[in-house]
Amino acid sequence: MFSRFPIEMAALAVLLAAGCQKGPQSGQPAEQANRQGIIDSALSPGVDHSLVSGDPRAAAYYNNADAVNAGKHLFQQYNCSGCHSNGGGGMGPSLMDDEWIYGSRLEQIHQTLVEGRPNGMPAWGGKVPDEQLWQLAVYVRSMSLPQTLAAQQGDTPSQSPAPVPPEADQDAGWSPPPATTNDYTSTTKGPN
Amino acid sequence: MKISSIIPIVAALPIGAWSQTVPSPVPQDEVFSREEIGHALAPPTPEAGRTAASSANAPADDGQWTMPSKNYASTRFSSLTEITTGNVKTLTPDFTFSLAVNKGQEAAPIVADNTLYVVTAYPNLVYALDLTRPGAPLKWKFAPKPAPASQGVACCDVVNRGGSVSNGKYIFNTLDGQTIALDVKTGKPLWRTQLGNFVKGETITMAPLVANGRVYVGNAGGEMGVRGWIIALDENTGKLVWRAYDTGPDAEVLIGADFKPHYTEDQGKDLGVKTWPPEAWKIGGGNVWGWITYDPELNTVYHGTGNPGPWNNAQRPGDNKWTAGLFARDPASGSAHWYYQYSPHDEHDYDGVNEQILLDMPFAGKMQKVLIHPDRNGYVYVIERTTGTVLSADPYGPVNSTKGVDLQSGKPIINPAKQTKLGETVRNICPTASGAKDWNPSSFSPQTGLIYIPHENMCMDWMSMEVNYISGTPYVGANVHMKPGPGGNRGELTAWDPVQRRPAWTVKENFPLWSSTMVTAGDIVFYGTMDGWFKAVSARTGDLLWRYKVDSGIISQPVSYRGPDGHQYIAVLSGVGGWSGAVVSGPVDPRDGSAALGMVNAMSDLPKYTTAGGTLYVFSLPH
Repeated sequence: MFSRFPIEMAALAVLLAAGCQKGPQSGQPAEQANRQGIIDSALSPGVDHSLVSGDPRAAAYYNNADAVNAGKHLFQQYNCSGCHSNGGGGMGPSLMDDEWIYGSRLEQIHQTLVEGRPNGMPAWGGKVPDEQLWQLAVYVRSMSLPQTLAAQQGDTPSQSPAPVPPEADQDAGWSPPPATTNDYTSTTKGPN
Repeated sequence: MKISSIIPIVAALPIGAWSQTVPSPVPQDEVFSREEIGHALAPPTPEAGRTAASSANAPADDGQWTMPSKNYASTRFSSLTEITTGNVKTLTPDFTFSLAVNKGQEAAPIVADNTLYVVTAYPNLVYALDLTRPGAPLKWKFAPKPAPASQGVACCDVVNRGGSVSNGKYIFNTLDGQTIALDVKTGKPLWRTQLGNFVKGETITMAPLVANGRVYVGNAGGEMGVRGWIIALDENTGKLVWRAYDTGPDAEVLIGADFKPHYTEDQGKDLGVKTWPPEAWKIGGGNVWGWITYDPELNTVYHGTGNPGPWNNAQRPGDNKWTAGLFARDPASGSAHWYYQYSPHDEHDYDGVNEQILLDMPFAGKMQKVLIHPDRNGYVYVIERTTGTVLSADPYGPVNSTKGVDLQSGKPIINPAKQTKLGETVRNICPTASGAKDWNPSSFSPQTGLIYIPHENMCMDWMSMEVNYISGTPYVGANVHMKPGPGGNRGELTAWDPVQRRPAWTVKENFPLWSSTMVTAGDIVFYGTMDGWFKAVSARTGDLLWRYKVDSGIISQPVSYRGPDGHQYIAVLSGVGGWSGAVVSGPVDPRDGSAALGMVNAMSDLPKYTTAGGTLYVFSLPH
C-alpha cells in the first residue's frame, strides 16, 4: 500500500498544479469575489469543494481494493455493523445513500471516525490504529458508489465494495435516502 | 425443510428507483398448529367461575386514566359506556395536538384531574393540556433535554412508553437514563434521578410503574451488552430504595431465603453466574425494558427480563439465568419470591418483557389467581401467580422454534431444525426476533372474558456471527432478515379465550400490530395500525365498526376517559416508528434487508403507506 503512496502523491501534485494554472475565469462573480479576498461558504463542514481530498494521507486509499476490503472486515470487527447494518443503518444512519451529514470526502469520514459525532457516533481516535480508520473510511465511502450498489446481490448490500476513485471526492452534494420519508426528490409510488 | 424463495433485489436500478420487495410468506406447513403444541395441566372448566380482575387490582373506574395499563391488573378496560357498538360510527375528532417530534410515539396519554399529559419520543418533551377549556390549550410544557448521544445507543428507535400521575406528580423516564417527577400544577421537576449510564449503552424507554409509594424502573440495552436491572425509588424523594440485577450473584439479584421457584432448573445457588461462561453475565442483558406489574392483593411485583446478550448464542453456553423470564419480587425489599424462565438460553431474541395481566380465572375446577402473559416466543402463558406454576401455554402466532412447553419441567421443547448456527443461515424461523408479539400490551374485558392480543405474524432467517464486546457499541452478532409469516399478513389481532385456550376471533392486518389494544364496556376494542388507521372493532365478533385515518402510523396506547363535560373520550397518539417503523422514522435505507436488526427486510414497503409524524388525537361522539 505504501509503495503506491508516492505515485498517488505525484498524481495529486499534478492535479493541484493544473488547477492553479487554470486560474479564475472572468465573468464569474464567485471567482471574482474570491480574488478580492471574500471567503465563500461551502456549507459543508471542514473543507472546501476542491477536486480531491486536501489531506495527503487520504491519497493512498484511492483506487485501493485492498484497503476497501480491509475496511469491510474491520466494519464487522469493530461493531460498526451493529448500528449501520450492512450500510442500511439502524441505530445509526444509513451509509449507502448519498446523504452525508458530516461530509463524504475520505478526510471528512476519517474525521468523523476519529472525533465521533454528537448524536451517538463514538470517537475512535486513539483507540483504533489510524491506518484502520482510513480503511474503514474508504469502505464507508465505497458503500454508496454506483459500482458497489450494482454489485449487490440479494438484500445484503456492501459485500463487494468497489475501490474508491479520487473523483468520488468531488462534491457529493446532498440528497436523502431514496424512497424514504426524507426523500423529497425521487418518486415514491403508493401501494397500488 | 422447504425453503421459501426470496425475491431477489435488482440492485442495478438507478438510485431513487423503488426496488424493494417484501419477501414471500413462510409456507403454512413450516409452523406447528395450536392443537399440535398447546398444553395445559387440566382441561377447561368454565363452569367453575367467571374470569375477572379482583377489585383490589382493578378498582372501580373513576373515568380517569392515570397509568398506562389503566389499573394494577393491567386490563386496559374502560367501564365507560357512552360510546357503543351502535353509535361508534359517528365518532369524530374533538381536538388534535402536534407533539413536535417525528419519531415513534409509543406512549399512553394520561388523564388526571381534567388534565391530559403526554410524553414524546426523544427528546422526551412532556405536555400538559387543560381539558376544561375549548381546544384543550397547553397548561405547561417541560423539556428534560436528555443527552443527544443517547440516541446512538437506543436499539430500536428513540421511543418512550409513557408516564404516570400519582399524588400530584407526573413521573416519567428519559432516553438517557433519568427518572423525573414533575409537579402536575407547574410542570417543574420535584426530583430527577440519574439511573442509567448511556455511555456504556444503557437507556430507559419503559414506562415507570408507580405503586405503593415507590417508582419501579428498569433499564434497556440488551443489544449493547448492558446488564439488566430493576430499581425501586421512593416516590416522594426519588431516592433509591433497592436495585436488583437480573444476572450475576444471588446477592445482587436479591435472591435469598424467600426464593421458592417452582421448577428445579431455577433452584440452586448463584445460577446467574453459573449458567454463563466466566464473566459473561456482566455483559449479558436480561434488561427490564417492558412492563412491571404491582399486585396489591398478593403484595408482589412482577417483571419480565429481556434477551441474553449477545444474540449469537455460541458465545454464551448455558441457561443464561435470569434472562428471558419472569420474576415475582417483594415490593419493599426487592427480594425474589419466584422465577420462571420462558426461554432458557434464548437464541432468537425472545425477550420476556411483555405485559402481565392479573386475573382470577377458572382452572381445574376452581378459581385461581393467574398472571397471563403473551410472550415473544409465541406462547400465551397462564401462570398461577402465587407459586409461579405454568397452568397452560398455547401458541397464538406462528411457532416452529419450539414444539410446545413441557409443563412438568416448565421448559420449551426445542426444535433442533430452527436452532441458530454460527456462520450458517437458518431459514424460516418463527416467530421472528421481535416475537409473535413485542412490547405493545393486550387488554382484557370482564364482559367477554377475552384478552385482545395485538401481535405479529412474522418469521426470519438468522445467521450468527462472532462479535466483540466494545463498550457503548452493539453487542449482537447476528445477521437477520425478517419476512411475513404464513398467509402473508404481517399483523393480527387475536381475541384469546384463556379458559378455552383458543381464539374467539381474529382480524388479519397487513402490517405488524405495534399499538396496544384498549377495550371498553361498550364492547369495543380500539387499536391502531402502522399505516395510520385508528380502528374500533366489536369485542364479541371482531367486526370493524369504525375507522379513521390519522396523519402517521399508530404504534401507541389508546386510552378512554370521562371529560369534564361528562362525555366519554378516546385518545391516541399517531407517530410511526419503533423497531418495526424505523424504515420510515429512522435514518434507515430500505435497500439493506438486514438494517434495523433485520426488520427492514419485512417492512421495506411501509414508506409507501405512511410518513413520519407525531400527533395527539382525541375523539368523541358529536355532542
